[in-house]
Amino acid sequence: MDISIIDKISKKLRISSVGIAGIGGLGSNAAIALVRAGVGRLVLIDFDTVEEKNLDRQYFFLDQVGKLKTTAIKENIERINPETIVETFEIKLEKGSMEKHLMDVDVIIEALDSAEMKTLFIEEIIEKLPNKPIIAASGITGYGHCERFHTKKLGNLHMCYDEQAKSSDEDFLFAPRVAIAANWEANLALELLLGKDK
Amino acid sequence: MSITVNGRTLDWIKDETVTKLLKRMKYTFPLIIVKINKKIIPRKDHNNCIIPNESVVDVIHMISGG
Repeated sequence: MDISIIDKISKKLRISSVGIAGIGGLGSNAAIALVRAGVGRLVLIDFDTVEEKNLDRQYFFLDQVGKLKTTAIKENIERINPETIVETFEIKLEKGSMEKHLMDVDVIIEALDSAEMKTLFIEEIIEKLPNKPIIAASGITGYGHCERFHTKKLGNLHMCYDEQAKSSDEDFLFAPRVAIAANWEANLALELLLGKDK
Repeated sequence: MSITVNGRTLDWIKDETVTKLLKRMKYTFPLIIVKINKKIIPRKDHNNCIIPNESVVDVIHMISGG
Protein backbone atom coordinates (compact mmCIF):
# COMPACT_ATOMS: atom_id res chain seq x y z
CA MET A 1 0.00 0.00 0.00
CA ASP A 2 1.18 3.48 -0.83
CA ILE A 3 1.84 5.21 2.50
CA SER A 4 1.62 8.65 0.91
CA ILE A 5 -2.07 8.01 0.09
CA ILE A 6 -2.87 7.15 3.71
CA ASP A 7 -0.96 10.23 4.78
CA LYS A 8 -2.95 12.38 2.38
CA ILE A 9 -6.25 10.90 3.59
CA SER A 10 -5.30 11.42 7.26
CA LYS A 11 -4.38 15.03 6.62
CA LYS A 12 -7.61 15.67 4.74
CA LEU A 13 -9.71 14.09 7.51
CA ARG A 14 -7.86 16.02 10.21
CA ILE A 15 -8.96 19.32 8.66
CA SER A 16 -12.52 18.07 8.02
CA SER A 17 -15.59 18.63 10.15
CA VAL A 18 -18.89 16.82 10.58
CA GLY A 19 -21.99 18.06 12.42
CA ILE A 20 -24.32 15.52 14.00
CA ALA A 21 -27.90 16.35 14.98
CA GLY A 22 -28.94 13.97 17.75
CA ILE A 23 -26.57 11.89 19.89
CA GLY A 24 -28.66 8.76 20.41
CA GLY A 25 -28.28 5.38 18.74
CA LEU A 26 -27.30 6.80 15.36
CA GLY A 27 -25.38 9.88 16.47
CA SER A 28 -23.26 8.37 19.27
CA ASN A 29 -22.14 5.43 17.13
CA ALA A 30 -21.52 7.60 14.05
CA ALA A 31 -19.46 10.07 16.14
CA ILE A 32 -17.21 7.30 17.49
CA ALA A 33 -16.67 5.85 14.00
CA LEU A 34 -15.70 9.28 12.67
CA VAL A 35 -13.29 9.88 15.56
CA ARG A 36 -11.62 6.52 14.98
CA ALA A 37 -11.38 7.33 11.25
CA GLY A 38 -9.58 10.57 12.15
CA VAL A 39 -12.10 13.35 11.43
CA GLY A 40 -10.63 16.42 13.11
CA ARG A 41 -13.69 18.32 14.30
CA LEU A 42 -17.16 17.28 15.35
CA VAL A 43 -20.14 19.49 16.18
CA LEU A 44 -22.59 17.51 18.30
CA ILE A 45 -26.12 18.59 19.19
CA ASP A 46 -28.40 16.97 21.77
CA PHE A 47 -30.38 18.21 24.77
CA ASP A 48 -30.99 14.84 26.43
CA THR A 49 -29.32 12.91 29.25
CA VAL A 50 -28.12 9.31 29.21
CA GLU A 51 -30.65 6.82 30.60
CA GLU A 52 -30.05 3.21 31.49
CA LYS A 53 -32.43 2.09 28.74
CA ASN A 54 -30.21 3.83 26.14
CA LEU A 55 -27.37 1.39 26.82
CA ASP A 56 -28.99 -1.24 24.60
CA ARG A 57 -27.71 0.58 21.50
CA GLN A 58 -26.08 3.91 22.27
CA TYR A 59 -22.35 4.43 22.80
CA PHE A 60 -22.49 5.22 26.51
CA PHE A 61 -21.65 3.33 29.68
CA LEU A 62 -23.49 2.51 32.89
CA ASP A 63 -21.47 5.01 34.93
CA GLN A 64 -22.56 7.79 32.54
CA VAL A 65 -26.28 7.47 33.30
CA GLY A 66 -27.64 10.91 34.22
CA LYS A 67 -24.99 12.86 32.32
CA LEU A 68 -25.80 14.98 29.30
CA LYS A 69 -25.31 12.89 26.16
CA THR A 70 -23.04 15.59 24.74
CA THR A 71 -20.84 15.49 27.88
CA ALA A 72 -20.77 11.69 27.93
CA ILE A 73 -19.87 11.31 24.24
CA LYS A 74 -17.17 13.95 24.61
CA GLU A 75 -15.63 11.91 27.45
CA ASN A 76 -15.72 8.78 25.31
CA ILE A 77 -14.20 10.57 22.33
CA GLU A 78 -11.38 11.90 24.53
CA ARG A 79 -10.57 8.35 25.60
CA ILE A 80 -10.07 7.42 21.93
CA ASN A 81 -8.48 10.56 20.51
CA PRO A 82 -8.03 13.59 22.78
CA GLU A 83 -6.91 15.65 19.79
CA THR A 84 -10.36 15.60 18.17
CA ILE A 85 -12.00 19.00 18.48
CA VAL A 86 -15.49 18.45 19.86
CA GLU A 87 -18.00 21.30 20.03
CA THR A 88 -21.26 20.50 21.78
CA PHE A 89 -24.59 22.27 21.92
CA GLU A 90 -27.09 21.25 24.56
CA ILE A 91 -30.16 22.47 22.76
CA LYS A 92 -33.41 21.07 21.42
CA LEU A 93 -33.54 21.51 17.66
CA GLU A 94 -36.47 23.65 16.69
CA LYS A 95 -38.22 24.51 13.47
CA GLY A 96 -36.83 27.75 12.07
CA SER A 97 -33.29 27.40 13.48
CA MET A 98 -32.23 23.86 12.64
CA GLU A 99 -29.12 24.99 10.76
CA LYS A 100 -27.92 27.41 13.47
CA HIS A 101 -24.83 25.54 14.72
CA LEU A 102 -24.15 23.62 11.52
CA MET A 103 -23.29 26.41 9.10
CA ASP A 104 -19.54 25.83 9.04
CA VAL A 105 -19.24 22.03 9.01
CA ASP A 106 -18.33 20.15 5.83
CA VAL A 107 -21.02 17.48 6.15
CA ILE A 108 -24.17 17.20 8.27
CA ILE A 109 -25.50 13.93 9.69
CA GLU A 110 -29.16 13.63 10.68
CA ALA A 111 -29.32 11.26 13.64
CA LEU A 112 -32.70 12.13 15.10
CA ASP A 113 -35.33 9.77 16.40
CA SER A 114 -38.82 10.76 15.27
CA ALA A 115 -39.86 10.73 11.61
CA GLU A 116 -41.42 14.17 12.06
CA MET A 117 -38.14 15.69 13.31
CA LYS A 118 -36.12 13.90 10.63
CA THR A 119 -38.37 15.34 7.92
CA LEU A 120 -38.42 18.87 9.37
CA PHE A 121 -34.64 18.84 9.82
CA ILE A 122 -33.87 17.58 6.32
CA GLU A 123 -36.33 19.96 4.64
CA GLU A 124 -34.97 22.95 6.51
CA ILE A 125 -31.28 22.15 5.96
CA ILE A 126 -31.89 21.58 2.23
CA GLU A 127 -33.74 24.88 2.01
CA LYS A 128 -31.29 26.98 4.03
CA LEU A 129 -27.97 25.29 3.20
CA PRO A 130 -28.62 24.03 -0.34
CA ASN A 131 -24.95 23.30 -1.05
CA LYS A 132 -24.28 21.39 2.16
CA PRO A 133 -24.18 17.59 1.91
CA ILE A 134 -26.60 16.00 4.38
CA ILE A 135 -26.69 12.35 5.41
CA ALA A 136 -29.78 10.77 6.94
CA ALA A 137 -31.09 7.35 7.97
CA SER A 138 -34.58 5.93 7.76
CA GLY A 139 -35.81 2.40 8.52
CA ILE A 140 -33.42 1.07 11.15
CA THR A 141 -35.67 -0.93 13.50
CA GLY A 142 -35.70 -4.71 13.95
CA TYR A 143 -32.94 -7.21 13.25
CA GLY A 144 -31.63 -9.06 10.20
CA HIS A 145 -32.34 -7.85 6.66
CA CYS A 146 -28.93 -6.28 6.10
CA GLU A 147 -29.57 -6.64 2.37
CA ARG A 148 -32.50 -4.21 2.51
CA PHE A 149 -30.23 -1.28 3.42
CA HIS A 150 -29.11 0.81 0.51
CA THR A 151 -27.89 4.31 -0.14
CA LYS A 152 -30.49 6.57 -1.68
CA LYS A 153 -29.27 9.84 -3.13
CA LEU A 154 -31.53 12.83 -3.76
CA GLY A 155 -29.32 15.73 -4.82
CA ASN A 156 -27.28 16.67 -1.72
CA LEU A 157 -29.26 14.30 0.49
CA HIS A 158 -27.64 10.89 0.99
CA MET A 159 -29.73 8.37 2.86
CA CYS A 160 -29.15 5.05 4.53
CA TYR A 161 -32.55 3.65 3.71
CA ASP A 162 -34.69 0.58 4.29
CA GLU A 163 -38.19 1.42 3.15
CA GLN A 164 -39.61 -1.88 4.40
CA ALA A 165 -38.65 -1.38 8.04
CA LYS A 166 -41.29 -0.46 10.59
CA SER A 167 -41.38 2.65 12.71
CA SER A 168 -39.87 2.52 16.19
CA ASP A 169 -43.42 2.96 17.51
CA GLU A 170 -44.26 -0.49 16.07
CA ASP A 171 -40.96 -2.36 16.30
CA PHE A 172 -37.91 -2.51 18.56
CA LEU A 173 -34.54 -0.93 18.03
CA PHE A 174 -31.64 -3.37 18.34
CA ALA A 175 -27.97 -2.46 18.63
CA PRO A 176 -26.72 -4.22 15.48
CA ARG A 177 -29.04 -2.60 12.92
CA VAL A 178 -28.82 0.81 14.62
CA ALA A 179 -25.02 0.58 14.60
CA ILE A 180 -25.03 -0.58 10.96
CA ALA A 181 -27.06 2.49 9.99
CA ALA A 182 -24.87 4.77 12.14
CA ASN A 183 -21.70 3.41 10.58
CA TRP A 184 -23.35 3.58 7.14
CA GLU A 185 -23.87 7.29 7.79
CA ALA A 186 -20.26 7.71 8.98
CA ASN A 187 -19.04 5.81 5.90
CA LEU A 188 -21.05 8.10 3.62
CA ALA A 189 -19.49 11.08 5.43
CA LEU A 190 -15.99 9.79 4.64
CA GLU A 191 -17.01 9.30 1.01
CA LEU A 192 -18.27 12.88 0.82
CA LEU A 193 -15.20 14.28 2.57
CA LEU A 194 -12.63 12.30 0.61
CA GLY A 195 -14.32 11.64 -2.72
CA LYS A 196 -15.36 8.24 -3.96
CA ASP A 197 -12.03 7.06 -5.31
CA LYS A 198 -8.82 7.75 -3.49
CA MET B 1 -46.52 11.24 -22.08
CA SER B 2 -45.09 9.59 -18.98
CA ILE B 3 -43.32 10.20 -15.69
CA THR B 4 -40.96 8.05 -13.67
CA VAL B 5 -41.71 7.53 -9.99
CA ASN B 6 -39.11 5.66 -7.92
CA GLY B 7 -37.90 3.98 -11.10
CA ARG B 8 -41.38 2.97 -12.33
CA THR B 9 -42.85 4.45 -15.50
CA LEU B 10 -46.37 5.82 -15.14
CA ASP B 11 -48.78 7.75 -17.33
CA TRP B 12 -48.48 11.49 -17.05
CA ILE B 13 -51.74 13.12 -15.97
CA LYS B 14 -52.31 16.76 -16.84
CA ASP B 15 -52.55 19.09 -13.81
CA GLU B 16 -51.70 16.33 -11.36
CA THR B 17 -50.29 17.75 -8.12
CA VAL B 18 -47.79 16.05 -5.83
CA THR B 19 -50.60 15.28 -3.38
CA LYS B 20 -52.66 13.63 -6.13
CA LEU B 21 -49.71 11.62 -7.38
CA LEU B 22 -48.94 10.36 -3.86
CA LYS B 23 -52.57 9.30 -3.59
CA ARG B 24 -52.44 7.56 -6.98
CA MET B 25 -49.28 5.72 -5.87
CA LYS B 26 -51.00 4.85 -2.57
CA TYR B 27 -48.10 6.43 -0.68
CA THR B 28 -49.92 7.16 2.52
CA PHE B 29 -46.93 7.68 4.81
CA PRO B 30 -47.35 11.01 6.57
CA LEU B 31 -43.69 12.01 6.44
CA ILE B 32 -42.39 12.03 2.98
CA ILE B 33 -39.65 13.77 1.03
CA VAL B 34 -40.47 14.31 -2.63
CA LYS B 35 -38.02 15.29 -5.30
CA ILE B 36 -39.04 16.24 -8.83
CA ASN B 37 -36.25 16.52 -11.39
CA LYS B 38 -33.58 16.94 -8.69
CA LYS B 39 -35.53 19.58 -6.76
CA ILE B 40 -36.94 18.80 -3.32
CA ILE B 41 -40.56 19.92 -3.02
CA PRO B 42 -41.39 21.06 0.54
CA ARG B 43 -44.52 19.50 2.03
CA LYS B 44 -46.30 22.86 2.12
CA ASP B 45 -46.16 22.95 -1.68
CA HIS B 46 -47.44 19.41 -2.33
CA ASN B 47 -51.01 20.64 -2.85
CA ASN B 48 -50.19 23.15 -5.55
CA CYS B 49 -47.04 21.77 -7.21
CA ILE B 50 -48.03 20.35 -10.61
CA ILE B 51 -45.91 17.55 -12.05
CA PRO B 52 -44.61 18.29 -15.55
CA ASN B 53 -44.61 15.66 -18.29
CA GLU B 54 -41.47 13.48 -18.35
CA SER B 55 -40.63 14.28 -14.74
CA VAL B 56 -38.41 12.02 -12.71
CA VAL B 57 -39.97 11.79 -9.27
CA ASP B 58 -38.36 10.30 -6.18
CA VAL B 59 -40.34 9.68 -3.04
CA ILE B 60 -38.78 8.58 0.22
CA HIS B 61 -40.54 8.18 3.50
CA MET B 62 -39.07 8.87 6.87
CA ILE B 63 -39.45 6.13 9.46
CA SER B 64 -38.95 6.80 13.18
CA GLY B 65 -35.93 5.32 14.94
CA GLY B 66 -32.56 6.69 15.94
